[in-house]
Amino acid sequence: MTRITIGPFNRVEGDLEVRLDVESGRVMRAEVTAPLYRGFEQILEGRPPLDALALAPRICGICSVSQSVAAAAALREAMAVEAAPNGLLATNIAHAAENAADHLTHFYIFFMPDFAREAYAGHDWHEATRERFAATRGSAARDALPARARLLETMGIIAGKWPHSLAFQPGGTTRAIDLGERVRLLSIATAFRSFLERVVFADSLENVLAIASADELDRWRDGHGGDFAHFLRLADSLALSALGRGTGLMMSYGAYHGTDGELFPRGLFGPRSAIEPLPLTQITEDVSHAWMRDSSVDPAHSSTVPDPDKPAAYSWCKAPRLSGQPIEVGAIARQTVAGQALIADLVSASGTNVRNRVIARLIETARIALAMEQWTRALRLSEPFCHNSRDIPNGSYVGLVEAARGSLGHWMAVRDGRIERYQIIAPTTWNFSPRDSFDVGGPLEQALVGTDVGDAGARAVAIQHIVRSFDPCMVCTAH
Amino acid sequence: MSRSDAMTNVLWLQGASCGGCTMSILESGASGWFDELRQFGVNLLWHPSVSEETGEEAVDILQSVLEGKVRLDLLLLEGSVARGPNDTGRFNMLAGTNRSIYRWMLDLAPHAGYVIAVGSCAAYGGVPAAGSNPTDAVGLQFEGTDSGGALGAAFRSRLGLPVINVAGCAPHPGWMMETILALTARDIAASDLDGYGRPKFVANHLAHHGCSRNEFYEFKASAETMSERGCLMEHLGCKATQAVGDCNQRSWNGGGSCTKGGYACIACTSPGFEGAQNFLATAKLAGIPVGLPTDMPKAWFVALAALSKSATPRRVRLNATADHVVVPPGRATTKTKP
Repeated sequence: MTRITIGPFNRVEGDLEVRLDVESGRVMRAEVTAPLYRGFEQILEGRPPLDALALAPRICGICSVSQSVAAAAALREAMAVEAAPNGLLATNIAHAAENAADHLTHFYIFFMPDFAREAYAGHDWHEATRERFAATRGSAARDALPARARLLETMGIIAGKWPHSLAFQPGGTTRAIDLGERVRLLSIATAFRSFLERVVFADSLENVLAIASADELDRWRDGHGGDFAHFLRLADSLALSALGRGTGLMMSYGAYHGTDGELFPRGLFGPRSAIEPLPLTQITEDVSHAWMRDSSVDPAHSSTVPDPDKPAAYSWCKAPRLSGQPIEVGAIARQTVAGQALIADLVSASGTNVRNRVIARLIETARIALAMEQWTRALRLSEPFCHNSRDIPNGSYVGLVEAARGSLGHWMAVRDGRIERYQIIAPTTWNFSPRDSFDVGGPLEQALVGTDVGDAGARAVAIQHIVRSFDPCMVCTAH
Repeated sequence: MSRSDAMTNVLWLQGASCGGCTMSILESGASGWFDELRQFGVNLLWHPSVSEETGEEAVDILQSVLEGKVRLDLLLLEGSVARGPNDTGRFNMLAGTNRSIYRWMLDLAPHAGYVIAVGSCAAYGGVPAAGSNPTDAVGLQFEGTDSGGALGAAFRSRLGLPVINVAGCAPHPGWMMETILALTARDIAASDLDGYGRPKFVANHLAHHGCSRNEFYEFKASAETMSERGCLMEHLGCKATQAVGDCNQRSWNGGGSCTKGGYACIACTSPGFEGAQNFLATAKLAGIPVGLPTDMPKAWFVALAALSKSATPRRVRLNATADHVVVPPGRATTKTKP
């Protein structure tokens, strides 16, 4: 048995170290370390509750709107106010823009460059992949980065700036949109759809979303150019559907809330491979392998106190569990729980894996691009965008949202107008969790076990694919 | 001459960061940031979010800088330097190296032609230094408003400058890119930096300059709750008259700014901004905001505000507390008395 350490693990958001025990070229055990701790939960304690709107987004520069929206949701519950319907729509538009930008950044900047590496020089697709996707040099970045910047102009209109905006409030958003701005928002959404249809899919979004099964996807792929079809071809060539398999348990808190429900519903894809209600009260956090002092396992009652010399600990990340189980979250979980036909078919055939995670992300991008247009048209321009905030009574409150990478929860306890406790469980806290007290590893740790690294050891590109297929956000993880 | 000799070698590292500065600079350049760097002869030696080299390949790059095999022109750090616990830097280890970012920066900085602190965390400590500062976070050469920080007040880079602080949370992509390109041309001297190490081309402006709510400011016609159109200074915490930055003179994300977005400037370019509380409420003493423009006598400000309030046109007064324009600008008639 040899132990290899991989790091710095770049082209992810934040800091990550992976340690593998390898025997006969195969991973026997994996330990995932979040090597950065900043202490946001400690920083928030004792402050006025509304300060969470300024500080919590700064947990993360890649999904700051998600962090804002979670904080605003917890505060909304605390104040017992209803957000202005326009505010919910504007929040959805901005949140969708951030999530779509995340999916693009992941696909083009973080994930695909690995297929341009020299390790794949023998494959017939390699030259085209290198020209298109090589890190910082490939032609794809020249398409994707301007498209991303244009998409993020949504933030200039709704949220003032990105990242780190204070526009997302318990009562809605801070800026009423006028007719000219609605047209500009539509123009941005249309430009984004055009980019997806021209560059990513080389087909209309409606056609892409009509693909309902793995067989139909194979047929569609063979007739199409575009970067998605390119990925599908090399995914088949490298059998990425057999790589990085998850445990099969997935959840979603529900995403894009409106006055009449959510675009993507809340639920658990459970052990019976069926969609079930999500038992939110069964969420716990285990710190047996985290550099953290023991506290309550209930996020509504726990606190975060670092213990850097704790024996057996190897990460600043706590281990969240649902009914005692590690859970995979992210676009694939969201789309499975939402019953999206193609993703449900792919998951039933091969579970969660490197290929299916990436497909789910791109299919979701197509779905939210269309939703952005609908939400923008649904704004009632003469009506308010924000209701007033109120005082916050003592109590415990929770804000649950879906960030690009999956389920994000903020648990806030307020006493006498101050934050008494604040606990955050981020998507990558779930996915990149360390072991729990039963020695059960987190989803990535389990997905890495069994991977064939051959003679490459730490340089094995398969490890890079598996880790990045989760699109980790390490700055959110330990926060 | 090899490629890296002819070009400007840039190394970008992330400390106790949220990655937001990188996310912001990725918006730079009409054909993307990577193209823009190439057009100006900038060679990104390594950047944790975008480079191909990973794991030991990346560590090799850092080692070759330490060993003097590769010339380092610009060293950029995004994020605070977490010195804790107990000055070990263990709250922020550079993965795969068994060495903290704190240590790496101490070792790398003397090799750099220039050192740039990207964002208010790297400059002054920023949000990780808020409250109890659980990780003993500081900036590279400042700890809040005090000079010192991780590298010490006396530090000068190889080409003789202190750390250049591109403050902001996150900074505008233009602030970062213009600083990088000006340094590429060795076009920044010590006299081009203000007292907190910020480039004057940013710091010579206030966020207030060019604010779209200026007419409301002139008449002290103030918004009272979120999403109203009036000035945000009197009730909603706006610090734009005290915070440096050309935020309202250039667009963020294609046309926005914080105040245009309907919420207060929280002075994110200022050292110690994270220490404030109640960001969206104005602190007052005897009904008068305590954070008035720093370079104006308070008595004069109060007198002028009283005068301008009494002269506020009806249009401005009514629009200030509405979320939509309720009284449009119209031709002046004798009936529209103030």
